[in-house]
Amino acid sequence: MRKVAVIGVGLTKFGELWDVSFRRMMLEAGGRAIEDAGIDGGRIDAMYVGNMSAGQFIRQEHIASLIADHAGLIPVPCTRVEAACASGGLAFRQAVIAVASGIHDIVVAAGIEKMTDVLAEQATEALATAADQEWEAYVGATFPGVYALMARRHMYEFGTTEEQLARVAVKNHHNACFNPCAQYQTEITVEDVLNSSPVCSPLRLLDCSPITDGAACAILAPADLARKITDTQILVAGVGQASDTISLHDRQTLTGLPATTKAAEIAYKMAEVGVRDIDLAEVHDCFTISEIMAIEDLGFCKKGEGGKLTEQGETAIGGSIPVNTSGGLKGKGHPVGATGVAQVVEVVQQLRGEAGKRQVDGAEIGLTHNVGGSGGTVVVHVLRRGG
Amino acid sequence: MGVPRFWREIPNRYNLIGTRCGTCNKIFFPPRYICPSCRRTGKLEPYKLGGKGKIVSYTVTYVAPNGFEDQAPYVMAIIELDEGPKLTAQVTDCSPGQVRIGDRVEMVFRRMGQEGEDGPIYYGYKFRLA
Ligand SMILES: [Zn+2]
Repeated sequence: MRKVAVIGVGLTKFGELWDVSFRRMMLEAGGRAIEDAGIDGGRIDAMYVGNMSAGQFIRQEHIASLIADHAGLIPVPCTRVEAACASGGLAFRQAVIAVASGIHDIVVAAGIEKMTDVLAEQATEALATAADQEWEAYVGATFPGVYALMARRHMYEFGTTEEQLARVAVKNHHNACFNPCAQYQTEITVEDVLNSSPVCSPLRLLDCSPITDGAACAILAPADLARKITDTQILVAGVGQASDTISLHDRQTLTGLPATTKAAEIAYKMAEVGVRDIDLAEVHDCFTISEIMAIEDLGFCKKGEGGKLTEQGETAIGGSIPVNTSGGLKGKGHPVGATGVAQVVEVVQQLRGEAGKRQVDGAEIGLTHNVGGSGGTVVVHVLRRGG
Repeated sequence: MGVPRFWREIPNRYNLIGTRCGTCNKIFFPPRYICPSCRRTGKLEPYKLGGKGKIVSYTVTYVAPNGFEDQAPYVMAIIELDEGPKLTAQVTDCSPGQVRIGDRVEMVFRRMGQEGEDGPIYYGYKFRLA
């Protein structure tokens, strides 16, 4: 198996991009990544694109061909990868596997979602298809509702408070203020969150990530080749993926995602790192409770102590384990298929020391954590600055 | 969505019929057709559940999906049935503030929702405090 490195990354602005089409968004992120890598696009051997539901959001399937076509890269093979909100993370993983195997050299991992061409309620309905349609959606459960069931149980078992949940949103909005690509570059307060309208108790509007347009792109190469192309090598040190039941009710626990723990265990082992070696993490905060569970399941603290860790400021930039320096899904925005790749973009920029005002000093090892649905798919990557 | 999609699950939804693995005796609801423990050596047969259980977690849904708007705010819960399996269901015939984790509940047969104004009306299980 060959070692794999990230040689270029690119991101569009995240937000309501009414004047930019799906295909233009993809080209913009891709163009930035190519420019960042400093290579000619003609060297690309294959592409993997994470996308949850162009069919529902823009009534367009077969986006792999569309993207290869409009990127001017015919006949390079392009493959769409889907695992709901984990589509981007899985596309990145497939690209890593393609390079590691030796089948391809320069491979694009991209992610994209155009969510605002439909009404907000249609977008919400499209997102709900990540849950079990027969046994969750049929009975009236919504996507925020499923996470609310986890939040309620977490509060019941561990005394996690609504204020601790709110602090996740406040921190991530704060970080997003330093990210020019973020959807929301505005501060919010704990009171703002607690006074926002209820969605599914205990979750309120400001506990939820927004509906977002955006695209992200990373370019991978074998490490030997990357050394000749880039100055600062960013190695993909570990990749881990795990599945779980599609329905929340079929799990033993409601207070964490077992697939996170499993995927992290695999990624840590492959990267030969312990949880204490991680300098920063981009985790899947689709809801505030999701980040609290993620930091526990990844091992940054004991189960049940995620609320406290957040409250103590340990997950802020400058804390012991900065989480979602980009602003996370909450502040940066959550174009579902793009999110997993956008997380990689942030970690790469951090490890290169290019994150500006949100830079984590001396960051050498970073982690990404991308979740599909209520935890039916989880993918974790460990990235490391190389020599 | 076509009517057959809902029609084919009617026995399970109306009567709370799951499956039971004859090899390891584990009971599944919603029904499974492969036992995750026994896989090819499993022997799954229909199994009717009693419809009694307790609330493991709950949420009050204020922002309802299409077809459920007129019911909001309503309580959704994960319920652990006395036979072991857990399911997601609405808790009905109560005020949203009334439900607590650990409360005993029992199944009732109810109208679930409707697809559009002229679309099919769906029925199935809800639960009420026992
Ligand atoms: Zn069995």
